[in-house]
Amino acid sequence: MIFLYSFMFAGTLCLIGQIILDNTKLTPGHVTTMFVIFGCFLDSFGIYDKFIKWFGAGTLVPITSFGHSLIHGALDKAHESGILGLLSGMFNLTSTGIVAAIVFGFIFSLLFKAKD
Amino acid sequence: MEKEEYKKLISTIVPKENKLKNGLIAFIIGGLIGLLAEILVVIFQSKFNLSYKESTSVMMVILIFFASLFTAMGFFDNLVSFAKAGLIVPITGFAHAMTSSIIDYKKEGFVTGIGSNAFKLSGSVILYGVVSAYVFGIVRYLFFGG
Repeated sequence: MIFLYSFMFAGTLCLIGQIILDNTKLTPGHVTTMFVIFGCFLDSFGIYDKFIKWFGAGTLVPITSFGHSLIHGALDKAHESGILGLLSGMFNLTSTGIVAAIVFGFIFSLLFKAKD
Repeated sequence: MEKEEYKKLISTIVPKENKLKNGLIAFIIGGLIGLLAEILVVIFQSKFNLSYKESTSVMMVILIFFASLFTAMGFFDNLVSFAKAGLIVPITGFAHAMTSSIIDYKKEGFVTGIGSNAFKLSGSVILYGVVSAYVFGIVRYLFFGG
């Protein structure tokens, strides 16, 4: 059942993104930025954690989970080391994704040529 | 020609996009990626004895790996223009944005090309993500005790 929930959650977010793209003049960059801020907002009330528990890994794929894990790492660290933890823990959870995107992007761009 | 007339004329020529079809495709493709993520996490947990956190990281790396590879090979752009938000909203869109800006500016050199343009498209996600996480984090930390 959790497979269906994952499908529905990720699909619904993409559908919302597509509706925004089709009906406004916003670019994909605007939409992803809005989604990240939305994910941050949801997690600042602990809502996104509940989504992850209910809907499984489908919630970790949309870009909203990027915002979620930014604030989640920051708050976790802030519990340990006070307000400075907001700065030091910000990338604790998201570094996997960012580093992977940078490294793979760099390596593959060296291996392949740009399409004309 | 008046502006209004021009707009009317343009609207008859520009092909109307089928919003229903676009939405349906985005829903299905995005959903399939979410489903794939859940399947991968379950497989990693049961077959490779990884913890939940490790398996979600590995799943993320795999998705980013293939999105970057396909972008560099050149056919991910066609997939994105077909699936639109179905591939832009998931983490694949982030990898796609970064790889395509790296590969576009490769000809301008390693430092001034790749180095300074790598975050051209994906930078806004990181910047506004960090700023909003910081603001929301401070509000929650100060007023709700974290």
